[in-house]
Amino acid sequence: MPFGNTHNNFKLNFKVEEEYPDLKKHNNHMAKVLTKEMYGKLRDKQTPSGFTVDDVIQTGVDNPGHPFIMTVGCVAGDEESYEVFKDLFDPIIKDRHGGYKPTDKHATDLNFENLKGGDDLDPNYVLSSRVRTGRSIKGYTLPPHNSRGERRAIEKLSVEALTSLDGEFKGTYYPLKSMTDAEQDQLINDHFLFDKPVSPLLTCAGMARDWPDGRGIWHNDDKSFLVWVNEEDHLRVISMQKAGNMREVFRRFCVGLKRIEEIFQKHNHGFMWNEHLGYVLTCPSNLGTGLRGGVHVKLPKLSTHPKFDEILKRLRLQKRGTGGVDTASVGGVFDISNADRLGSSEVAQVQLVVDGVKLMVEMEKKLEKGESVDKMIPAQK
Amino acid sequence: MPFGNTHNQLKLNYSSDQEFPDLSKHNNHMAKILTPEMYASLRDKETPSGFTVDDVIQTGVDNPGHPFIMTVGCVAGDEETYEVFKELLDPVIEDRHGGYKPSDKHKTDINPENLQGGDDLDPNYVLSSRVRTGRSVRGFCLPPHCSRGERRAIEDLSIQSLDSLDGDLKGTYYALKNMTDDEQQQLIDDHFLFDKPVSPLLLASGMARDWPDGRGIWHNDNKTFLVWVNEEDHLRVISMQKGGNMKEVFNRFCTGLTKIESLFKDRGHEFMWNEHLGYVLTCPSNLGTGLRAGVHVKIPNVSKHEQFGEVLKRLRLQKRGTGGVDTAAVGGVFDISNADRLGFSEVELVQMVVDGVRLLVDMEKRLEAGQAIDDLMPEQK
Repeated sequence: MPFGNTHNNFKLNFKVEEEYPDLKKHNNHMAKVLTKEMYGKLRDKQTPSGFTVDDVIQTGVDNPGHPFIMTVGCVAGDEESYEVFKDLFDPIIKDRHGGYKPTDKHATDLNFENLKGGDDLDPNYVLSSRVRTGRSIKGYTLPPHNSRGERRAIEKLSVEALTSLDGEFKGTYYPLKSMTDAEQDQLINDHFLFDKPVSPLLTCAGMARDWPDGRGIWHNDDKSFLVWVNEEDHLRVISMQKAGNMREVFRRFCVGLKRIEEIFQKHNHGFMWNEHLGYVLTCPSNLGTGLRGGVHVKLPKLSTHPKFDEILKRLRLQKRGTGGVDTASVGGVFDISNADRLGSSEVAQVQLVVDGVKLMVEMEKKLEKGESVDKMIPAQK
Repeated sequence: MPFGNTHNQLKLNYSSDQEFPDLSKHNNHMAKILTPEMYASLRDKETPSGFTVDDVIQTGVDNPGHPFIMTVGCVAGDEETYEVFKELLDPVIEDRHGGYKPSDKHKTDINPENLQGGDDLDPNYVLSSRVRTGRSVRGFCLPPHCSRGERRAIEDLSIQSLDSLDGDLKGTYYALKNMTDDEQQQLIDDHFLFDKPVSPLLLASGMARDWPDGRGIWHNDNKTFLVWVNEEDHLRVISMQKGGNMKEVFNRFCTGLTKIESLFKDRGHEFMWNEHLGYVLTCPSNLGTGLRAGVHVKIPNVSKHEQFGEVLKRLRLQKRGTGGVDTAAVGGVFDISNADRLGFSEVELVQMVVDGVRLLVDMEKRLEAGQAIDDLMPEQK
């Protein structure tokens, strides 16, 4: 989160060994990859907006990680970070995204008609369905690095774009800093409100600076499509509804995203995208589609089955508690979503969720009847 | 906490109004002083090491403050900050330090012989006595801004100097990152251990970066003199012991400080000091002496007296809970210390504590005996 202009040169007065971080107790992607030699090579570089390798890695230095959970430990400050610091990012991307190579191409497919089925997940088990992604606006630096002026410009552009939507997408913007108590309570009850980040993974990267300036929530009147402005990414776009019609959620997601992108492009601020990394976002873990398609599903029996984790792994799905990342499940209800982001398209990832959840619900029903599910265990997708 | 070299220039593409922080809900010294005009005048400046006005004010932007507690809302990143940004910092200093003017001179007096009395505060009431201050090592940036290389260099210098202390001051350094569980527990039991800051006031200014790299605690074998390295300031120096012999605490404090200063000078490094601001520290509230001399004192009756607040004000003392700043008193035991830092010498401030606490204890004894204390009410010092 640099503001000053000369401190990087100042630091070059110290030797590489003197500046290289102590990563001995660290367990994150950055710490696995960043050698002293690599640091020595990257430390005098910066992106055109002034993001340096120390900015990239600060969050990973400050947060050693967890013995069991592998955090990423680095962020981008602008689109060019992924290029200027590719020595560091490419191996991290490869490790995090299942072997994705610097020469690989990523396919984008936001044509919801290509999804097969997905409208009939059993609502007795599937309580809600949701698809989210992020988008970065070309020409601005990213949340770890941007200034108040940039953030406000992003907000202004976003509000213009969103308030011009109509039909099922007609809605209202609520800036965080002028929210009334009544509005706030309503947004909390709707499960829409995002709050100032408390996770040190985010705060150490500088994303919470100047909170709540320039941040806000937009949602449509139907409360099925919402956009977060200037949280961890410039935009987070979310489509959600109760029960199991993932097909409808995905349709609304794709249509809405396309409309928003068109408006931004008209203002000469398209989304950051390239054919190698797909959509460019703040955290390397969200590159590609940036998509997390998931359901809240009741699986009290299956979730205690000894093969539960293996099943998830084979289906390329992951579990979270119903509070989202880093929370525990309550009452056997799990958040199940796609594990992948990069190297497969949006349609492919949502298809995995639809097919995988359908299978797991059938397994749950079998277990309820006291039957075995051994024959239903899937092959690795 | 800048690392990059160009982002301040990038921000200058936005108008001053676009970048000026929204301080409408803020109540801290910085927010009272910083106008759009002042911001415009300062925003293209930087110190030689690259600290900018946005770096100075970030903590105050991120922490609007409390309706009753007036926080400072800005920090220095190096010695030159107080000069380059004097337009902002001079009025903050004046407001915080009782009208201290840009032309005023600050006197330093760490000759313990100049303290009168102080060896006989009643230990039935005065449970412990403590004097602390901070010191910055000239030639290095301050904790909000320093790099790992700088921080480690400060640590090395500190260890070298402290290890050569002898006699009553002979002791050991415990680096935070190598501490064993036993050492940690002992330091906690001794009330010596400092932990990674949790206060958003400190975190938002960047002081906790790279924790615990370069941080440590040194104390003498007698456990009466300790030094914190690289916490909120380069050095925090503390002299403490049970009971009410403040004179002895202050003796040790002055002797130890003087020795440490000469050991640093032997190694080519002085402390940051000038005749206007006295000792230069990270937070403007600690300029001058940086000294907080205090006792833990049992005053259950006095503290409930309706004039308690007024008495403290007249004695130029302040109260805190026994956990330090931002804590509550327990069992009628208060932390009572000097309120001033700048514009009075060390001896004068400790004298106020010694005289003031003696009076408070006399008042407590009167109230215990059911007698009035009206005739003991002091004049405004």
